Amino acid sequence: MMADTGSEEVAVIGNTDLTPGEIENNMKNTMGEKGTLLFRKMEINVAEAEKRTVKNAVNMQETYTVYLIETRPADAASEGTNPAPDSLWRRYSEFEILRNFLLVTYPHLVVPPLPEKRAEFVWHKLSADNMDPDFVERRRVGLENFLLRVASHPILSTDHVFFTFLTEEDGWKEMVFETGFQAKADSRLKALNATFRVKNPDKRFAEMKHYSDELQSVISQLLRVRARVADRLYGVYKVHGNYGRVFSEWSAIEKEMGDGLQSAGHHMDAYAASVDDILEEEEHYADQLKEYLFYTEALRAVCRKHELMQFELEMAAQDLSTKKQQQEELATGTVRTFSLKGMTSKLFGQETPEQREAKMKALEGQIQEDEDALKDKNTECDDFVRGAWLDIERFKDQKNHDLKEALISYAIMQISMCKKGIQVWTNAKECFNKM
Amino acid sequence: MDTTNTDGGSFNASMQTSPGSMINQYKFDEEDEEQEPGAKDIFITVDDPESHVTTIETFITYRVLTKTTRGEFDSSEYEVRRRYQDFLWLRGRLEEAHPTLIVHPLPEKFVMKGMVERFNDDFIETRRRALHRFLDRVADHPILSCNEDFRVFLSAQAWELTSHKKQGPGFLTRMGETVRAVAASVRGVKNRPEEFNSIQEYVEAFSQKMTSLDRITQRITKEEKEYLEELKEYAPTYTLWSGSEEELAEPLKGMANSLDRCYQETEEQGRQLSDCLAPALHEYVLCSETLKAVLRRRDNIQAELEAKNEALATKRADRDAEPRERGVVWQSLLGKNPEEARQLKQQRLAGEIDELKEEIDKMEDRVEWANNALKGDWGRWQRSMRSDLKEAFLSTAQKNVDYYEKCLAVWESFLLSMRAEVSEVDQRAGDS
Repeated sequence: MMADTGSEEVAVIGNTDLTPGEIENNMKNTMGEKGTLLFRKMEINVAEAEKRTVKNAVNMQETYTVYLIETRPADAASEGTNPAPDSLWRRYSEFEILRNFLLVTYPHLVVPPLPEKRAEFVWHKLSADNMDPDFVERRRVGLENFLLRVASHPILSTDHVFFTFLTEEDGWKEMVFETGFQAKADSRLKALNATFRVKNPDKRFAEMKHYSDELQSVISQLLRVRARVADRLYGVYKVHGNYGRVFSEWSAIEKEMGDGLQSAGHHMDAYAASVDDILEEEEHYADQLKEYLFYTEALRAVCRKHELMQFELEMAAQDLSTKKQQQEELATGTVRTFSLKGMTSKLFGQETPEQREAKMKALEGQIQEDEDALKDKNTECDDFVRGAWLDIERFKDQKNHDLKEALISYAIMQISMCKKGIQVWTNAKECFNKM
Repeated sequence: MDTTNTDGGSFNASMQTSPGSMINQYKFDEEDEEQEPGAKDIFITVDDPESHVTTIETFITYRVLTKTTRGEFDSSEYEVRRRYQDFLWLRGRLEEAHPTLIVHPLPEKFVMKGMVERFNDDFIETRRRALHRFLDRVADHPILSCNEDFRVFLSAQAWELTSHKKQGPGFLTRMGETVRAVAASVRGVKNRPEEFNSIQEYVEAFSQKMTSLDRITQRITKEEKEYLEELKEYAPTYTLWSGSEEELAEPLKGMANSLDRCYQETEEQGRQLSDCLAPALHEYVLCSETLKAVLRRRDNIQAELEAKNEALATKRADRDAEPRERGVVWQSLLGKNPEEARQLKQQRLAGEIDELKEEIDKMEDRVEWANNALKGDWGRWQRSMRSDLKEAFLSTAQKNVDYYEKCLAVWESFLLSMRAEVSEVDQRAGDS
């Protein structure tokens, strides 16, 4: 989370019809004033999770989990009053809809990811079952994190659909679908095609795409290794528990050694049990890494969008130059480009001056339109690049900050684990001394 | 029938005094055990394993160095080379000479699981240490250390040892003893004294516990090895990551570095477990077997006595019984009259009974002496078991404390560097 301090002002909850230029303006304003983020204005909590069962379309029982979203004005605590929060229930699929809407509406922004749909990179003791309470709990935390990320984003936090997601339970889904955002989504095929055929993409985006691929690969590897290491560490600790049992049995047949052995045995049991907490805390670290693993997908999406826009720009420019060439040919009477019209006119004779006049007028009109459109597209592209790059820089800072914090918390965890180990074995040593 | 040799094998002639004083010799007072430092008059080391290859076999010899001021040794320093077989021979002789003393076990002849070849370095080193411990224990023992075979083992050159080994009771004598031992063990002891019953019970339970602890320790070693295998991947992954980052590069490299150092500490901790705790526990598994054997031998000695007593009772009953028809008829067939036959039989029985009574006297001494030997050595064994295992567990616990302290230092220094970096960045952000 950004450690912003600053005056609190009423947020401008904008609509999605802002042009890229206006959006950028807004962002500049908000960032300059540092404090009009929704995050500052409103406390957001994903407080609980509940199982619901319902009969679905084919009249079968379906169980799913809903999450309670609580919101409360941020200044309530400082005023001394403690009003009850507003709350509503949402299920995971609704979060997905919200996110898809944001992706389509703000293609130049790095949209925060949702926690994983299914548990991956689990080590064996952790359940991969979606209904498992631990998984549900970790998902609850992840969903809350998602909402907080959006609420603290200078642009996303101003989105009306986001606001109503938090405040209006009924009718929200219908309202979102009515915006028609699903139709605006780019097809994967179109995007892939653009990736291969674009000629002059901004180099920075190519580098960013490469980086996000590398980051994805390395974090995946890290998570896999971590899961295996966790598995093994669990084994080492748990076997020590057997010492506890046997020491206890052995102490029964000894006289002088009995007490020392018995109490040493207790410490061995404690040692074996301590691994559960240790690994649970480590799971939190893994979740932080996972968030950034999923962020790489959002990064790649922005890069792809740039390639698509750039490609369409190039196509439009090429189209325009083709038409201009046609115009020139018509005017000078030379045929430099091959066209069916040209061939047929050669074969079947020239057209009348009136026909030529009409054609030239039409072409001039198209060219004028196309030039205007191209200018707009150019502006659009430039705005996109500028806006996207601004957000990417913001994202980079956030990532560096968050991952440093994650490494720090990992070190703190390790320190705590070492201290526990020192204590247990020091205690055991004292017991052995009494043998 | 060889009944004069009370326990067979080489028995130090200088100790052939009255049974009473022999019994006293086996009473170990606790004070005797607390030798002042410097009272130790014999020091032995076992080192320098060397491989020997012949056409028939390959074997390892160890150098056995002895420094001593004891009178029975001609010189004060000896250097000889011995192979495992020689140790086996020595131990066998010691057990033969003192069947109810607790002789420290040797490392096993073969190791079944987990060993690919007999002569890898770890195996040789573990064996060397165990052989050293064996000789130390014998040297520490007030009775065993005076044994003649022990002296020869430490001092004789190779050919001398070979010829010495050939002496001693021949094959047939040993066979005879084995047959007697088997017969006795088959018969079983009928009236075991209560104190030996409780020792027996203890040994059964102790043996189980040691076996469990040995297995658990091996399992921990195995789990730790597998943990290390996975841990090896950790640091390189962070290093790989640092290559893609700018501001995060240093922290990630720091992380990789910390994980690497922890890996090394974990490796070392694992070594302590397998070098120190595991062999100690395993030795006491073997000790349990030794104890069981010692108890069996004591039982057999008592069983022999009981057998003789029963034979005596039978013969007495025979003597006091009414003359039986069959016996008289048989004698009359041989041309003797019944009265004469009966008197001959009585004479014969009387002679046999006297012989038996003498044997029984000797056996009773033998049993008492065996029991005292065991009782004395039992206390001694318990004390050294307690001290050995306490030492092994203490050093393991200490090593674990050290391990965690070292890892703690690694992470604390990483945390320090991270916090310094973060505050630096914050300062820069604040300044801009």
